[in-house]
Amino acid sequence: MGQLYLDYAATTPVHPDVAAVMLEMLRERWGNPSSIHATGREARRALDEARRRVAELVGAPHYRDIIFTSGGTEADNLAVLGAARARAEEGRRHVVTSAVEHHAVLDACRALSAEGFDVTIVPVDGEGFVDPDEVRRALRPDTALVTVMLANNEVGTIQPVAEIARAAHEVGAWVHTDAVQAAGQIPIDVQALDVDLLSLSAHKIYGPKGAGALYVRSGLRLKPLVFGGGQERAWRPGTENAAGLVGLGKAAELARAALEAGEPARLTALRDRLIDGILERVPGARLNGPRGRGRLPNNVHVSLEDVDGEALLVHLDLAGLAASSGSACTSGSLEPSHVLLALGLPRELAAAGLRLTLGRPTTEDEIERALAILEGAVARVRKVRSA
Amino acid sequence: MRLRSGARGTFVPAAGTGASGPVERRGRAAADGILRYGAIRLKRVYLDNAASTQALESVADAVRHALLHAYGNPSSLHGMGLEAERIVEGARAELARALGVEPAELFFTSGGTEANNLALKGAARARARRGRHILVTPIEHDSVLNALNALKAEGFEVEYLPVDGAGRVDPDRVRERVRPDTVLVSIGAVNNEIGTVQPLAAVGQALAALGEERPLLHTDAVQALGKVPLGDVIRHVDLASFSAHKIHGPKGTGALYVRRGVKLLPLAEGGGQERGLRPGTENVPGIAGFGAALRELEMLVQAWPRMRALKEALWEGLRDGLDGVQVRRLGPPPAEAAPHILSVAFPGLRGEVVVHALEEHGVFASTGSACTSRDPRPSHVLKAVGLEDEVAQGAVRLSLSRFTTEEDVERAVAAFRAALPALWRFARLRGRGGAR
Ligand SMILES: Cc1ncc(COP(=O)(O)O)c(C=O)c1O
Ligand SMILES: Cc1ncc(COP(=O)(O)O)c(C=O)c1O
Repeated sequence: MGQLYLDYAATTPVHPDVAAVMLEMLRERWGNPSSIHATGREARRALDEARRRVAELVGAPHYRDIIFTSGGTEADNLAVLGAARARAEEGRRHVVTSAVEHHAVLDACRALSAEGFDVTIVPVDGEGFVDPDEVRRALRPDTALVTVMLANNEVGTIQPVAEIARAAHEVGAWVHTDAVQAAGQIPIDVQALDVDLLSLSAHKIYGPKGAGALYVRSGLRLKPLVFGGGQERAWRPGTENAAGLVGLGKAAELARAALEAGEPARLTALRDRLIDGILERVPGARLNGPRGRGRLPNNVHVSLEDVDGEALLVHLDLAGLAASSGSACTSGSLEPSHVLLALGLPRELAAAGLRLTLGRPTTEDEIERALAILEGAVARVRKVRSA
Repeated sequence: MRLRSGARGTFVPAAGTGASGPVERRGRAAADGILRYGAIRLKRVYLDNAASTQALESVADAVRHALLHAYGNPSSLHGMGLEAERIVEGARAELARALGVEPAELFFTSGGTEANNLALKGAARARARRGRHILVTPIEHDSVLNALNALKAEGFEVEYLPVDGAGRVDPDRVRERVRPDTVLVSIGAVNNEIGTVQPLAAVGQALAALGEERPLLHTDAVQALGKVPLGDVIRHVDLASFSAHKIHGPKGTGALYVRRGVKLLPLAEGGGQERGLRPGTENVPGIAGFGAALRELEMLVQAWPRMRALKEALWEGLRDGLDGVQVRRLGPPPAEAAPHILSVAFPGLRGEVVVHALEEHGVFASTGSACTSRDPRPSHVLKAVGLEDEVAQGAVRLSLSRFTTEEDVERAVAAFRAALPALWRFARLRGRGGAR
């Protein structure tokens, strides 16, 4: 048996159909989308088609509302820095965010505070939820932007973004949501959420790394991060990653199909089975984040008492199970997770999280195997420790 | 028009194997890097390689491998991330080798545009306390000029260096313009519209004479990689930008060389990738493709004499074969220009009209930079080298690749011959009627 992969929140395998359209782009439609001749026009048509597919996945009213980027990180930065800097011109210099955002958002907010913006970081409750009333209290007449993620990448908490948006719009603030983890996992409708900006990333929905998108409500203006030619309405210039973006379009189309085919319900059942199995079979395990509908269908996150998190990951890897402690980009560090600390976990537990995230290829049998591997590995790590 | 092929034993006739070869020749490329021909039905002659180049089959293979067999996240601790990381570091080593620099001095970006922005804004902002004066040539790519325009709003002063009629800067004049508060000088290695090759090593030496307090030197080397020798240039600059899709790699991948010790501020924040300078999950398939294209860089170098010969044949065909249509060659003298760009102008005609007419004959060219191809104004580059609007508006850029064949050139000249005299007569009639 090969490696058992339960780290789909870090990245997903590329769907073969996605790879196929990308290779087709590279081989047959390789023109520069800005070229006016047929070679360029063919590439542009393919890009616009991809834009339509992404617009459909998030319920954007028009395909032109989608700005392509090099990934979720850039989409988040363009949204947060671009919106705040644009609105500073109207005298709005206050930003509200939550304590559990991805580093792309939190660090962008930190950069804004160095530029003289006020940043309010609202806390979360023990399950990771932002209270819309807390956001309401943080709002000011000069609030430029509220940025709260749709679903958390470590513990899977789904935020009440629609309510937050309602409060924010009352003071004229724009609302951004990082939907990198939510896209493809739960249905998304930017109009129902009433958000102004929404980011997503291809490699979390079985597309390629290095491609992402930002939904921008029509009529808004952002300050670009990068300047150059007129690509992406000059908000994100540079010759487009045509193959990657067409891959994103295909991935969005497949994600929509999976949502419609009932994938969330299937994953939710597997998720709950895994949660119950861990709590029953692994002593000293506690679930982080909520149970039930407030949690992403594919996310399981536990803390394990008296277990060195890094050692456990190594043991799991040796036993053939790929998992992570939290978000991939901080997994090289031994810092306790800022998300777990925000949930109120003590430092020792916050440094020993285990995230298991499921995906379309995950089967019931894999869940059983994962439980067996985990049970054994935890026992081994504890034995080494007590020896 | 006949090419004196094989005169120096370097010209290998490769008809039908290029991007624009006849459709009957399908079949995959062999190990020699010859392109597999796609599903394009027209017999096309693609002479817009400065806008973008066709990805090599080896590039498509590398992208495929990365997509299907290395999907792990390079930042993940478990084994799945290792292959992705190996690919990224392999490509970095490949570029380092090509440039003669350390892998740690290279940062991957989403392309040349981002590399230019990161270099210029990153360096200017990091050095703002020393001074806020920046020198640049007026013939840079929009990604350089517009990044600097954005810096003006942050209090930077941007001064444009004089260039001669061929677009060249004079290294001594550059040094003379440096002030105590000059923090940055940006000069493109090869101009994308007229192929000017700048004397960067000499500029670097001139600046070095200023000692410790000298400004940083950045070069946009997007059109230079694989087209001109870069070793000496890189030794004399602090920052250099590259883009994969100009060397038969994928679009959406580029790199920035940052000399060890040079500090930049990032454009974006996030997960710490590329040592914090360029965060975001790496475009592993794109970087894999860049690496594959770099592995064939040497074949580009070998093609220089052939590209030059073909370019001269193309020019001679236009000069001698167009029945009295007035045509001018723009840019530097042939021996001093980059091997892949031929810029010509048909005064009195409009470049777009010529480009459209050529397309009807299956020949793809452009008026200038692709990313401003929808902008009707005459090119800022052509204005800066002193061309009158009437000439600048009639400019057409023909750009070759290592796959351009003798047959392509013959067909291109035939297309010009078929299309231009009629346009020319029409324009003259209109001109005489005063209805312009
Ligand atoms: C919630 C969230 N936001 C943003 C990102 C960054 O996206 P990308 O990896 O495409 O840069 C990630 C993934 O790492 C994420 O989980
Ligand atoms: C000289 C020059 N600089 C920068 C760029 C931008 O690079 P990219 O297309 O990768 O954004 C180009 C090409 O478009 C170019 O020709």
